[in-house]
Amino acid sequence: MQSGGFVAVYPEPPPSDLVRILDLAGYQWKAVSSAADAALHESPDGWAGAVVACDGDAEAAWSFCRALRLRDNIVPPLLVLISDQQLADLPLRADLFDDFCITTALPLEMETRLRHVLHRETRDDRPELVQYHGLVLNLETYQAAIGGTPLDLTYMEYELLKFLAQNPGKVFTREVLLSRVWGYEYYGGARTVDVHVRRLRAKLGEEHANFIETVRSVGYRFGQSRWSS
Amino acid sequence: MLDQQRDYVLRTVEERKVRLVRLWFTDVLGNLKSFAISPAELENALDDGMTFDGSSIDGFSRVQESDVLAMPDPNTFEVLPWGDGSSVEARVFCDIHNLDATPFEGDPRQVLRRNLGLARDMGFTFYVAPDIEFFYFAPPERGQAPMPLDEGGFFDLTTTDVAGTLRKETIRTLETMSIPVEYSFHEDAPSQHEIDLRHTDALTMADSVMTFRLVVKEVAAKHGVHATFMPKPLEGVQGSGMHMHFSLFRGDENAFYDADDDYNLSPVAKNFMAGLLRHAAEVTAITNQTVNSYKRLVPGFEAPVHISWARNNRSGLIRVPITKRGNPSATRIEYRSPDPACNPYLALSVVLAAGLRGVAEGYELPAEADANLFEMDDSALAKLGIDTLPQSLSDSLKAMERSTLVQDALGEHIFEWFLRNKRNEWRAYKTHVSQFEFDRYLRTL
Repeated sequence: MQSGGFVAVYPEPPPSDLVRILDLAGYQWKAVSSAADAALHESPDGWAGAVVACDGDAEAAWSFCRALRLRDNIVPPLLVLISDQQLADLPLRADLFDDFCITTALPLEMETRLRHVLHRETRDDRPELVQYHGLVLNLETYQAAIGGTPLDLTYMEYELLKFLAQNPGKVFTREVLLSRVWGYEYYGGARTVDVHVRRLRAKLGEEHANFIETVRSVGYRFGQSRWSS
Repeated sequence: MLDQQRDYVLRTVEERKVRLVRLWFTDVLGNLKSFAISPAELENALDDGMTFDGSSIDGFSRVQESDVLAMPDPNTFEVLPWGDGSSVEARVFCDIHNLDATPFEGDPRQVLRRNLGLARDMGFTFYVAPDIEFFYFAPPERGQAPMPLDEGGFFDLTTTDVAGTLRKETIRTLETMSIPVEYSFHEDAPSQHEIDLRHTDALTMADSVMTFRLVVKEVAAKHGVHATFMPKPLEGVQGSGMHMHFSLFRGDENAFYDADDDYNLSPVAKNFMAGLLRHAAEVTAITNQTVNSYKRLVPGFEAPVHISWARNNRSGLIRVPITKRGNPSATRIEYRSPDPACNPYLALSVVLAAGLRGVAEGYELPAEADANLFEMDDSALAKLGIDTLPQSLSDSLKAMERSTLVQDALGEHIFEWFLRNKRNEWRAYKTHVSQFEFDRYLRTL
């Protein structure tokens, strides 16, 4: 039923409950024992997704997730299975998975989540877009538009806007923005961030300049705070 | 990082259907030079640069090996906002290299890069914000005096404020080209305007000033108006300056700021100012490079004449603006002699070198000159140890010629070429017999 090929399942051997659910739902899957193993067995089209059971050797499982995330080629959508005690570990690892499921969940829930995460991320020809109130960033073509009009940005302006727009509502300090967008090796200091924010606001125009808000003595936030109504 | 930038540029050219990419660079006198390539050549240009004959550019020429390489700086790639949609154009600033990939010593942008590298070795990033003044005139005819827009009836037929419209359109264009504007206003003189830019690092700012001058002229020309950065186009009213606000940052700390000082100025700031003051005469030929520049630097028109500093005395060479409390990053100094006809790369290079010399050698800052210096006679000024800026291009060239500081900052090639070129300009000027002389002497002598 899945056109995207095989789902990588970790660890080897996988939990028997998971195997049953995968088989019943008709997924083609392959158990892998490490990131290297996953790379070895990967088809040219890449993995359709990955399901990682973290309730065993958690450290090894998380580092497996991390290795998948750091790959150069397309990152497969990733579902992690955790015990309820591991819920507290998730916020720190939010960048390592697309969805999670508690191991004690009903088989139907696990199947639904599996379908959801794999379907959502199934590769197709739609470009990857970041959208916010009329602002559209096309991550494949590097193009930005606002209200349908192209927004011509320099490379660093684009990278900064992309990072902010991908994390709406979150407040970032200048230092974090500098390290995440420019990289640690950049010399200029956090003032560079202010310069670029000012340039972006100018280009967004008066009407949209408030997309990037200054959070006094902290840093910047893109879009509305998640805590305001 | 570089690969991504390169991809970004190539992809944008494709997606935005850019038809022409303009490679921009600057000659020694600060004129913007450009040659266009087709998008198909861009990838090659980004990788290997574009060869061209440097002998066609003022100050680039050498007798042999005149070929040089223009290497686009992908960070400066930008779609030009004045395309009509059917033919999109983009620009990218270039660094000029020798064919063996070493920096070309005749390239002002490379000169500034080298000087900024020296600042970086001392732990500093150099931030600059200029206040740029200029005039709008009716398109000039040869031999005719300039005609301001808001006098002389050039716009008799229009009822709206044409200059205001021009300025608004200019600012909009600047902002779409990554040049944020801080303030803009009509200046004191007829048809004179000022646009103040937000601070950036010095290299970006030098690029921005080049773009700024083009944008101001382009927008004006579109409306049949001539914009000029000539330092003193009208006798009897104030000329056009380009005051520059400077600060040095050490990482995220403003190295000019000291909470405990009366002026909130750190020792670094004071040493830097002392360096600017001590070497002011030597760098003036670069910051004020035309015969006409020295007609601005006269008493009575808010232009500096004396080599002095003060907090709120606009007759001095350096002003220390009072900043809002609790805003250390705004602490800065304002260097007031440069005019907008200078080469921004070279001007920033020499003032930085002068300031850093003061920091490196711990120059002591002279006392603040808060009195009105224009009201003092020479002996009173001499008692205070206050000298004047060079009074003519000839004087400033003499001061520059003796300066190893300027020679080191500019490099042998540009130093020699500039002196030679500007001495010729002075010689040509000296032979000119002016209206002033006819009026004063023809009948009486």
